Amino acid sequence: MKQRELLLGDEAIALGALHAGLSGVYAYPGTPSTEITQYIRDSEFARERGVHSEWSSNEKTAMEEALGMSFAGKRALVCMKHVGVNVAADAFVNSGMTGAHGGLVVLAADDPSMHSSQNEQDSRFYGKFSFIPTFEPSSQQEAYDMVREAFDFSEKHRIPVLIRITTRMAHSRAEVETGEIREQNKLSFPHPDYTRQWVLMPGNSRMRYVKLLEDYARFEKEAETSPYNKYIDAADKSVGIIACGLAYNYLMENYPDGCPHPVLKISQYPLPTALVLKLTQECKSILVIEDGQPVVEEQLRGIMPTPVPVKGRLSGELPRTGELNPDNVRAALGLPARTLLSPSKVVVPRPPVLCDGCGHRDVYNVLNEVLGEYEHPKVFSDIGCYTLGWLAPFHAIDTTVDMGASVTMAKGAADAGVHPSVAVIGDSTFTHSGMTGLLDCVNENTNVTIIISDNLTTGMTGGQPSSGTGRLEEICKGLGVEAAHVRTVVPLPKNRDEMYKMIKEEIDYNGVSVIIPVRECIQTLKRKK
Amino acid sequence: MKRDIILSGVGGQGILSIANVIGKAALNDGLSIKQAEVHGMSQRGGDVQSNLRISSKPIASDLIPRGATDVVISLEPMEALRYLPWLSPEGWVITNTTPFVNISNYPDMQAVNNELNSLPRVVTIDVDAIAKQAGSARAANMVLLGAAAPFLGIEAEKLEQGIRDIFGRKGDEVVNMNLAAFRAGQEYAKKIAAK
Repeated sequence: MKQRELLLGDEAIALGALHAGLSGVYAYPGTPSTEITQYIRDSEFARERGVHSEWSSNEKTAMEEALGMSFAGKRALVCMKHVGVNVAADAFVNSGMTGAHGGLVVLAADDPSMHSSQNEQDSRFYGKFSFIPTFEPSSQQEAYDMVREAFDFSEKHRIPVLIRITTRMAHSRAEVETGEIREQNKLSFPHPDYTRQWVLMPGNSRMRYVKLLEDYARFEKEAETSPYNKYIDAADKSVGIIACGLAYNYLMENYPDGCPHPVLKISQYPLPTALVLKLTQECKSILVIEDGQPVVEEQLRGIMPTPVPVKGRLSGELPRTGELNPDNVRAALGLPARTLLSPSKVVVPRPPVLCDGCGHRDVYNVLNEVLGEYEHPKVFSDIGCYTLGWLAPFHAIDTTVDMGASVTMAKGAADAGVHPSVAVIGDSTFTHSGMTGLLDCVNENTNVTIIISDNLTTGMTGGQPSSGTGRLEEICKGLGVEAAHVRTVVPLPKNRDEMYKMIKEEIDYNGVSVIIPVRECIQTLKRKK
Repeated sequence: MKRDIILSGVGGQGILSIANVIGKAALNDGLSIKQAEVHGMSQRGGDVQSNLRISSKPIASDLIPRGATDVVISLEPMEALRYLPWLSPEGWVITNTTPFVNISNYPDMQAVNNELNSLPRVVTIDVDAIAKQAGSARAANMVLLGAAAPFLGIEAEKLEQGIRDIFGRKGDEVVNMNLAAFRAGQEYAKKIAAK
């Protein structure tokens, strides 16, 4: 039954996957991808159909779990933010080698302009170098339709499909018309012709790699005839425009009555070479509009001079960094600027802050007090709400790099002679990628103090369950931290003295200490009331 | 029919509820909608905005071009001013007058008010006070929506239906509180317009 619904891009993908006969979604929360899995978790329809939707410990475990479901013949979706693909990369890249059996769709949500991330990496690169076909929808409707298409493509070609979206697609709502509902697949296993490639021993891998390269040429043929890649001819051939994904909308925003130049709209990769060549043969120059990094533009350019000038992010027509918008695309098209009011003279920036009453605040207040007594203390922090401890009024941390890097950087710095060398990591980030680093510390009895600031949830992404809740002490002891140096405290102003003494003692202890301040996130607490 | 709307405020103030009601009303009205939201880090007490576009024709971009916004609806006075470069020279600003001060360098209120009052088309309203009078202190955002209603190109009744649809599952009490807030805001805007 067809229905019209107002959906976030993330929700359109979730619903498209459910209607495509999804059996399981696997994910670790990460902005801007979180709402996909959340939607499936909240869906009555998914519950009735028994669709798996528990959160995974990290993106690598999620990717592998989804691959296992695909091996067993069922349709699996795995969702992550762009930097999550780095965590999942070993499994992701090798899933191109194993291929898929049941439809396997990997959703990567990129964050150009870094609204909520530490870098601007473009997941299309991952698709290309893993030989995994990549879809990039340009609207919420396409997102819904393409996720269904991606599952079919995955089963037809026995390959995972990467769907790449950006923040603007993930977190923007539009009306979506939904389609037919497909049944889930039954349990089945790869055909005997394809079982060897699931065992990636060198001999099997060498055979599979040759085959994968042949398959990749077929994926390109598919991209050339895909309904999502459109060549739209027009009279003014002074420039031909390649518009990828959402960029197509910013282009059309500037030409409400139709674009006067030929346009190649791209939503499916590998890049359809024949269509690109047609555009370059017919037009005097090429403008490439793509969100994120200049993936297509670099493919067009190479090092040798191109027969026609190629314009885009590398040539300066579009900004080299940051997300596209109707205005920077307008400038690249050479259209006259609109009349604007002047910016206000009184407005000042309003950066995000830790919530009033948040336990991380108490941790930082006391940590700052203790560390004030040492000459060169260093605090290595991590990815989460507590990263805001770098800002005023705390100025409490020295580094934030990637999930889990607090523990391991504190170790490396301690190895170099830093004392106090303190790690501050959240509970969910610790179980995502901090535990192995802690084992490294234990194995050498490194002189580090690790603070696992436990708010009993994955806070920054809106309060999803955290894998190790209620078991952090046991996990740390199990990894080999001495029981006397695994200590917990409730981070409240009234417990300031207790916390001060505890942090001081553990910093002065020469070895591995773990302090776990435990107090529920005030946002999740508020919601329960 | 076309309205490009920027909703602005501080993370946690409730701009998304306003966006959801307008979006629902527009959907019920058969209009095209695009609504870009901010999730993630900035929601923690930082500046937040939502670009909401409604039109009787298909909409291309999720983001509103600079200089093209018909209405800025803001739950916070300084945050209203942040989006002046996006406002059309003919556009309206509908803003709450109560500042949300969570930064040490918040500008002088007199300067904020002067700049707001220098705009040719502005409605300023103390939504918190009006919400309290209407017995709907927790629905201040719906007071603001009520004040903005005459500028949205959607009939008030359809917006009220949007409120019923969005808050319906929270029970009649919540729906009625939000409706009362919406109507109080609307009354206020009518009085201002009559002056």
